[in-house]
Amino acid sequence: MKISKYLSIVLAVLALGVTGVSSAGTLDDVKERGHLQCGINTGLTGFAFTDDAGNWQGFDVALCQAVAAAVFGDASAVKYTNLTGKTRFEALKAGEVDMLSRNTTWTYSRDVDLKLTFLGVNYYDGQGFIVPASLGVSSATELEGASVCIQTGTTTELNLADFFRSNNMNYEPVPIETNEEARNSYLAGRCDVYTTDRSGLAATRASLDDPENHVVLPEIISKEPLGPLVRHGDDEWGDIVRWALNVLIIAEEKGITKDNVRAMAAETQKDAELNRMFGTEGEYGAMLGLSADWVVNVLAAVGNYGEIFEQYLGVNTDIGLARGVNALWTDGGLIYAPPYR
Amino acid sequence: MIIQIMVIVIVLTLLGFFIRNTLNNLELLGREAGYGFLFTPSNYDINQHLIEYNSRSTHLRATIVGLINTGLVAICGIVLATIIGFVAGVLRLSSNFLINRIVYAFVEFSRNVPVLLWILLWHGVMVHSLPHPKQAVTIADVSFLTNRGFYVPKPLLEPMFWWVAVALVIGIAGAAMFARYSQKRQEATGQRYPVIWINSAVIIVLPLLAYWMAGSPATLEMPVFKGFNFQGGLVLTPEFLALTLALAVYTGAFIAEIVRAGILAVSHGQTEAAYALGLKSNWTMRLVILPQALRVIVPPMISQYLNLTKNSSLAIAVGYMDVVATIGGISLNQTGRALECMSIVLSIYLCISLLISAFMNWYNKKISLVER
Repeated sequence: MKISKYLSIVLAVLALGVTGVSSAGTLDDVKERGHLQCGINTGLTGFAFTDDAGNWQGFDVALCQAVAAAVFGDASAVKYTNLTGKTRFEALKAGEVDMLSRNTTWTYSRDVDLKLTFLGVNYYDGQGFIVPASLGVSSATELEGASVCIQTGTTTELNLADFFRSNNMNYEPVPIETNEEARNSYLAGRCDVYTTDRSGLAATRASLDDPENHVVLPEIISKEPLGPLVRHGDDEWGDIVRWALNVLIIAEEKGITKDNVRAMAAETQKDAELNRMFGTEGEYGAMLGLSADWVVNVLAAVGNYGEIFEQYLGVNTDIGLARGVNALWTDGGLIYAPPYR
Repeated sequence: MIIQIMVIVIVLTLLGFFIRNTLNNLELLGREAGYGFLFTPSNYDINQHLIEYNSRSTHLRATIVGLINTGLVAICGIVLATIIGFVAGVLRLSSNFLINRIVYAFVEFSRNVPVLLWILLWHGVMVHSLPHPKQAVTIADVSFLTNRGFYVPKPLLEPMFWWVAVALVIGIAGAAMFARYSQKRQEATGQRYPVIWINSAVIIVLPLLAYWMAGSPATLEMPVFKGFNFQGGLVLTPEFLALTLALAVYTGAFIAEIVRAGILAVSHGQTEAAYALGLKSNWTMRLVILPQALRVIVPPMISQYLNLTKNSSLAIAVGYMDVVATIGGISLNQTGRALECMSIVLSIYLCISLLISAFMNWYNKKISLVER
């Protein structure tokens, strides 16, 4: 009698195991929850930082806001999770965040082996070096024997090893967890050089007290296409993030801005692509499971790609990055979005 | 009985559930668990490697490098902690008020702050307060103290140095035999040789003699400032020093209390009886008090040693490349094999802990009270 009772408990536990976890689409989860969970950097000037009011801002953060605006029509319906280079993929895979917008390099093994889906590139970057001007170094090939601070768990770690090996140079890698700690160690002189993506270097340099005493070396030792990503197999949700990024780029190309988008959407445009984007022609929003005017919401909330770039990274900011390869394809850059058709 | 069986069944079921679920989830993700990646190139460099290693070496080798680094911290930490602990523990019982209070303050300060903070503090102090390599503090022009580490001359051993090692082993073996002979003689006749002096001489003189006869088969490689850093020599990185010192001081404070408790556990009558027999006070300590105190001291020491070893995994906080930072950190990151990497780290710590535990249990049995 007793034993059968225990057995039934055991069976109940087993049955629980068999059921497993079934999940509806991420879009439904997000809608039900009422806010988007977005994984961002732990802090990187220009890309993800807190403003005076304590709100997260930045180039990467703007993409989270764009997706929130697409889903809810409210760019502030986002909860941010700060992730280090090490925790980001596990957090995404475990469902702790719905998407990552955290200057993450698109690589073969992350795409194929780690089963992540990259949705495009919002910044074309490359790895570089920053050194104190007092060292008198003008090229990365003069760094024989130097101590190099590096953020652990990033592709930069591998590029660094490759660069020094292929140039037959020795170095001391000094692994560090976050950008902030790396900056401190670099300033304390634990290392001679700090290496990371050049956008990150510019951001770090801008945050120093004496940026003029530090130089970014000319070498770019790797390709670092940075972009947003979601879980592999999360295709419907992935489409939303992908197109939230694409419409930002198309909007810049078509001259739609944060300020004029509502006015433009109010009247019928000659360019049919604009009408499709504004939801006045066809059922394009519904195809994604979003409202017809989702693009208008996105652009009214964050502005177009060029506006976001100028606001957080551009030449008038502390970081002062030129568009360079991140200019529109029409201006000779690499930023290009498929047609909204 | 039935409850015990029930608990076992439930635990096993839960375990099975988790393993099954994990494998299921991995399958859903289209990935299977496997350790094949261990034999592919790691592609990253490690700053402190006691065996040959570069970015073309395998993940397996990176694991071993990490394991050796963990072992290095654990061994240095345990030795240092034991020394600090015994000295502080004995001084804590000193009748000198000043010494007594100073040690008391040291113990309370050390053990009442989380060890992670100690590690960060030591590291911060070393990196921020010590000078750049260019302005290095030099000790007799052969050793240099900088915020990138402590550079000391490195002995380069020639093949003939082998004989010195042999001489050392012979010396130790001889000393052990002499100690046993002297013990027997004392038990038989009551007379003692000055064993410590003779044995120290044997252990030191034999290798020195061998070194001289083999024609000084070792040279010193001096650290030289070149370019950005000191090159050559042996370097103790700030990360290693901070981790080892923090762990040793922190654990040492606990050991001090254990030692004090052990000594206090031996009744004062033992001391009085020893004095009555005419034993000198340091003999009383060594021959009467400590052997009895050790019985109380050793069991809690096991857990302190285990704690120190496991706490060494905090190395990650200062970027010391231990086994957690290599296979459990960078390898995990670059390959994405979280489950496999963590299972390796887990088994490594389990094995180390069980080994330490087994050794200490053996030692405990050896010194425990033999009832006749």
